[in-house]
Amino acid sequence: MKVPLSKIAHTRSGDKGDTCNIGVIAYDPRHYPVLVREVTAERVKRHFGALVAGEVERYELPNLGALNFLLHQALGGGGTVSLRTDAQGKTFGAALLALEIEMPAEV
Amino acid sequence: MIRIANGQGFWGDWLEAPVRLVEQGPIDYLALDYLAEVTMSILQKQRQENPQLGYARDFPPLIARIARKIRERDVKVIANAGGVNPVACAREVVRLAPGLKVAVVTGDDVYPRLDEFLAKGYEMRDMDTGEPLAAIRARILSANAYIGAFPLAEALDTGAHVVVAGRSTDTALTLAPMVHRFGWQPGDYDKLASGTIAGHIVECGAQTTGGNCQVDWQSIPDMANVGYPIVEAEPDGSFCVTKHKQAGGRVDSHTVKEQLLYELGDPKNYITPDCVADFTSIRLDDAGPDRVRVSGIRGGPRPPTLKLSISYANGWKAIGTLVYSWPRALEKARAADGIVRERLRGLRLEFDEIYTEYFGVNACHGSAAPPNADPPEVQLRIGVRGADKKAVDRFTRELIPLVLNGPPGATGFGEGRPPVREIVAYWSALLPREEIATRVEVVE
Repeated sequence: MKVPLSKIAHTRSGDKGDTCNIGVIAYDPRHYPVLVREVTAERVKRHFGALVAGEVERYELPNLGALNFLLHQALGGGGTVSLRTDAQGKTFGAALLALEIEMPAEV
Repeated sequence: MIRIANGQGFWGDWLEAPVRLVEQGPIDYLALDYLAEVTMSILQKQRQENPQLGYARDFPPLIARIARKIRERDVKVIANAGGVNPVACAREVVRLAPGLKVAVVTGDDVYPRLDEFLAKGYEMRDMDTGEPLAAIRARILSANAYIGAFPLAEALDTGAHVVVAGRSTDTALTLAPMVHRFGWQPGDYDKLASGTIAGHIVECGAQTTGGNCQVDWQSIPDMANVGYPIVEAEPDGSFCVTKHKQAGGRVDSHTVKEQLLYELGDPKNYITPDCVADFTSIRLDDAGPDRVRVSGIRGGPRPPTLKLSISYANGWKAIGTLVYSWPRALEKARAADGIVRERLRGLRLEFDEIYTEYFGVNACHGSAAPPNADPPEVQLRIGVRGADKKAVDRFTRELIPLVLNGPPGATGFGEGRPPVREIVAYWSALLPREEIATRVEVVE
């Protein structure tokens, strides 16, 4: 069954220079394996398209049922250099909530 | 157990927050974080114009406002409000709140020492791009080393009511009282990592007590009176995160997890001047209403280098807007963007970047935004940046004419031409920590 990521996770995003980080947190820790399988660095990169010029890295925090993504060259130069409305990536986490993921029937 | 509250997540945060933290219940320490990456350069410019300035000017009046209460309740304040002029900041605190003892931490400002460092062969390459600092030497506006919790703890050891620092890390403000009260040593890696993560959880103020929280945000109570976070720290390193009972907001594992992930890099290697903290070792437990217990944290030794926060002038920018209304608002805004770009080309102006957003359609989320076929209105938002201030200034004259000489239905030009702003960019680099010697002095 296809569902948006918002069904099972919440997010928070922010900046470090021109890198945006997105924390993706499972509401229910039992859904963490679904996040690990479905929300890959490649899919996150594809989701943001031209907004993210660089690579996407993923880190795992099983203790928090969470993943952390680093989106490099994602903020138009970042901070004070960027010409974007969301120069600090504050809303990138919300954008990721629309990602469609496959929910296995058993969970 | 000691209670450490955070009443300011950045310079410009809610003015009432620290006052309420002191008045609404028991706390032992009040940490106030005033400095973002670019704040130092703004303060440096202010000090160049007036040698008595260069610090967070909201801070001394705040201390005057809470001076009586912090003495009655024996609350100590720790703040990085000193910016590039912590001594002047401390003197102003004493002037506005006579009788308070203020300890100042200095030594983080390395702006006057950059040439000495370059002569020693430190290249201070940018941690993102790898470029050596020499490439921007002439354009540097400020340079500070991030300092950790130990110099702040030494300042608390003087018995001061208020500790004023310059560029201390945000997390050090919370960790310092633990080092001071529990006698933690640089080799107590796990405890220092615990206090550092406590600092990370509270350093953005209400962002851990319900602010900016996605989880069931409509039901978070009384956000108009949101409580700022309080850490109840134990000598073994474990701690609880909570808030004053009568204050609004919420503290649970959802709000704390969101803040733990905020501005996080590699979770196993959260590097500070005090230790390296491992976020994958954190254990969180909901421990009653508005209370989360945090334990199990592991850490490693502090790095041999300190991070420098350097700001430099990097050209000019301007961002202008026009609003187009239905019907076909987006199509009109796109046509107007095409006209502006063609006219800029015709003028042979050079920019590093021209960037266009359609506010109401894709400004925040780009191509990841859901489709919106025919919105009732769209704001065209065009920004340019470049080294030539004249070119940027010329751009600011190219939007308003479109009201009469472009696609139909343009409005929203009441603000006039957009301002041209200097870009102050940020550079981070590493320096051997033995080059930095901090000092504590007391102002009364």
